[in-house]
Amino acid sequence: MAANAVSASTKQLVDEYFESSSGVDFHMDAGFNWMAGGPQGSGVDTAANILGKACAIGGLHVYGRREYHSNIKGMHSYFHLRVSEKEISANVDEVDLLAAFDAETVVRHVTEVVQEGGIIVDSRQLNTRILEIPSLPLEFKSNFSQFMEKNEIGETLQDLLNYAGRKGIHVFPVAYTDLLYQVADSLNLEKTAKLNRMINVVTVGLSFGILGYEINTVKKALVSIFSEKSKLIDMNVRALEIAYSYAQMNFRTFPFPLKIEKSAQEERVLLSGNQAVAIGKVLGGCRVQTYYPITPAADESEFIEAHEILETKESGLNAGVVVVQTEDEIAAVNMASGAALTGVRAATSTSGPGFSLMVEGLSWAGMNEVPLVITYYQRGAPSTGLPTRHGQDDLRFAIHGGHGEFPRIVLASGDISECFYDAVNAFNYAEMFQLPVIHLIDKALANSFQTLKVFDTKQIRINRGSVVSEEMLSKGSYKRFAFNETGVSPRAYLGMKGGVHWYTGDEHNELGHISEEPLNRTLMMEKRMKKLNTVLKEIPSSEKINYFGKAGAENIIVSWGSPKGAIVEAVGELIKEGFNIGFLQVRLVHPLPVNEIVEIMGNAKHVIDIEMNYSGQLGGIIREKTGILHDYEIVKFNGRPMTVTEVYDAVKFVLVGKAPKRQVLTHGA
Amino acid sequence: MALKWQDYKTDVFVDWCPGCGNHAILAAVQVALSELGLEPHQVVFVSGIGCSGKLPHFVKAYGVHTLHGRTLPFAQGIKISNPDLEVIAVGGDGDGLGIGVGHFVNAGRRNIDMVYMIHDNGVYGLTKGQASPTLKFGLKVKSIPRENINEGINPIMIALSSGYTFVARGYAFHTKHLKDLIKQAVEHKGLAFLDILQPCPTYNDVNTKDWYEGIDRKDPDTGISKPRIYRLEETGYDPVVRNEDEKFVKIVAAMEKAREWGDRIPIGIFYKNELAPTFQDRIGQRIPFYLKNPPAKQRICDENGVPITDINLFIKEVKAE
Repeated sequence: MAANAVSASTKQLVDEYFESSSGVDFHMDAGFNWMAGGPQGSGVDTAANILGKACAIGGLHVYGRREYHSNIKGMHSYFHLRVSEKEISANVDEVDLLAAFDAETVVRHVTEVVQEGGIIVDSRQLNTRILEIPSLPLEFKSNFSQFMEKNEIGETLQDLLNYAGRKGIHVFPVAYTDLLYQVADSLNLEKTAKLNRMINVVTVGLSFGILGYEINTVKKALVSIFSEKSKLIDMNVRALEIAYSYAQMNFRTFPFPLKIEKSAQEERVLLSGNQAVAIGKVLGGCRVQTYYPITPAADESEFIEAHEILETKESGLNAGVVVVQTEDEIAAVNMASGAALTGVRAATSTSGPGFSLMVEGLSWAGMNEVPLVITYYQRGAPSTGLPTRHGQDDLRFAIHGGHGEFPRIVLASGDISECFYDAVNAFNYAEMFQLPVIHLIDKALANSFQTLKVFDTKQIRINRGSVVSEEMLSKGSYKRFAFNETGVSPRAYLGMKGGVHWYTGDEHNELGHISEEPLNRTLMMEKRMKKLNTVLKEIPSSEKINYFGKAGAENIIVSWGSPKGAIVEAVGELIKEGFNIGFLQVRLVHPLPVNEIVEIMGNAKHVIDIEMNYSGQLGGIIREKTGILHDYEIVKFNGRPMTVTEVYDAVKFVLVGKAPKRQVLTHGA
Repeated sequence: MALKWQDYKTDVFVDWCPGCGNHAILAAVQVALSELGLEPHQVVFVSGIGCSGKLPHFVKAYGVHTLHGRTLPFAQGIKISNPDLEVIAVGGDGDGLGIGVGHFVNAGRRNIDMVYMIHDNGVYGLTKGQASPTLKFGLKVKSIPRENINEGINPIMIALSSGYTFVARGYAFHTKHLKDLIKQAVEHKGLAFLDILQPCPTYNDVNTKDWYEGIDRKDPDTGISKPRIYRLEETGYDPVVRNEDEKFVKIVAAMEKAREWGDRIPIGIFYKNELAPTFQDRIGQRIPFYLKNPPAKQRICDENGVPITDINLFIKEVKAE
């Protein structure tokens, strides 16, 4: 099966890649899985948003992941949407219903569609010759032609769908333009190519028609998604209706009905990781945000800017966030640092290449004990790498980036909910300990959306750390970097009366003036570095780690960041099956909460490290800081996030004693 | 009680070379502050790396000595957050026009209400005299092995074309004149750029004090030197933009003046336009209470740490209903 591609030859990999990947012994409730695919720019996102929202309104839980090329228009993009009656935060491998805007989508994803699943396809494209689709990459074509040869598939899309039919997949061919012409006729519109913009809504209508989902709920979702483009609503509603009734009349054999879940009582939100961070930052008091455009970080800043004027609970007082798009990442990080010195909560957001440019500024912030927050959206690297794809390969860079040794905090959120709470924590920690905080997120979290219980903001507290008042300053000479027990000296903000002090990237004395004296250097290094102990002492364990499963489990999985969702679900399933397993998620990745980790992992029989990078970076750091070795590692670095299915398969492979030390997961289109 | 220049002095030993123009610039700064009546806590000096970078340590006011070339981003971050502060950015010509030239240009686009002064001596002093971006083509100064192979850039012209609304040049040893320019730059509404010719006695043995002041070309008959430096205001030059239509005419005139170098080097104000909106004005257009309640002054929580920001609007937008 695809999930366990271990030291496989290329030939094997190709075979496995195009085999259906659902494990035979996988019993989990995968929910319903819908996928929309088409050329970038053709409205895949909108289709997924309508579908997701319609399900969310209907009381169902959704988790949706967006995949797209680094391209503006034309290359293949898709959205994998999972719908379930229970809360979910990961995808599975399976696709139950594939809504293909174009021929390429069928070619790319046909092997993921389950038996009894369905494919909605434009019947006018059935004669498309697969290997002549211009946007298919050469590597894909060469692998796919082997697959076609092996399975005796002819040259056209129709041939491929015949093959799918033989595998038990329902094919729903529809002439999209015929339906669009009906829309045009009924509204007296011209029949131009513009109508094609509604293919996405047509596929949504067909999907829900096939699924028998209540149409008014879908309309409500559509209207809400199009609320800012109200001129288009009528047209799209009509397209939805026509497609829906076409499907109802013509397709009746699909075995995956989708029903409104009436039981949902709690209030829910449906949002992406970018949005969760943005809302968390604003609630946490961010008032200056700087950024230089980069994927997938920029969405966060744009979301904040769109809401720059804020309401506060104190009457008559209005607040606002100043969002500055700077000339480069260097300016972004240093502008935020400068802002932070005035006492404002300031942050910047970036991705790997941008962070590379920021590390000099990060060192300055470390030297000057600046409470600076950097939200770091990882993506596939090195260099520009996979600019729109997923990766978790920057953990060590976040921890070590910058010249010299200085204290910093690195937090890693594991799901969209944590993205929100950690955004607040990041500012609190930055000010409590006066140091830069790097909030690590990744593309899989940034661009996925999920239904969640509305955030519990009652528990949130803002801690501004130790600040001197002007009254205290009037009593005598103030030392910004005064030596003390915790390493955290009371702050004065630039502009406070009586608080004049200096900052410099040079080594400095307690006043902030340059000093190259050896004793001062020793004391000042110790002052700064001892903050790391203060951090470990003062941050509660619940904010450092999460543990899932029975205490003292024999087998412990350790991981960080976005694989959390897939691991939690897979582990839950394995525990149900009677396996003795637990999952330790490290949220504070630096300084490493050694005590908590040793307590949980110290006596485990087997430790399984799961990460989305080549070398198992967290596993290495744990080994370095605790001496605990992991016995197995399960890694993935193909640019696509881990699914529940493949984590389940790979971990089970370990638990039944068959796995090699290292498994490399490869699933994903 | 009126402030004296000594009130802006720190106890830190001034470790610039003897004879360095920076001493004069420091004096001009301190006198300007005292005459402006600004209290030390109202002013923030932001510097980069190099000899000029140390200036904040010698001035008793808030001082932020930052990274090579990054003066302007830090300074803008400070000013945006707390517009009540008087922010004066200081850098060298290598700092501002080499590594930092991207920031130099882009700061002009924003027209933030602050001052940026460049100590312009044509060389990288602290790294022992390499050619800087303003050193003219073909010059061989003391510590470079061969003649300068690059064209020297003209900071006045770059400032004019980038959106700076106050563009001036001073000369370190015309200290009183320089002090007046600093005062006008501080009082200017918008981003003020001040290029300060500052002879480096250690490494630039071409553009020396004697050269600027014409001591090297005394009239053989009278023994009177013919200074290369002259003051724009003494020629009747008018830099001020008084209505929108005048803007480009004045920029062109300033560009013309900026081309002069060699036998006649103008100092004074090249261009001044207070009609252009500052960055604060622009933010204020979007966030109306910005100046009254700027980011650094906003309360974000109550006494118990409970956030006071209402995020219901955000939540409403992402509500699953």
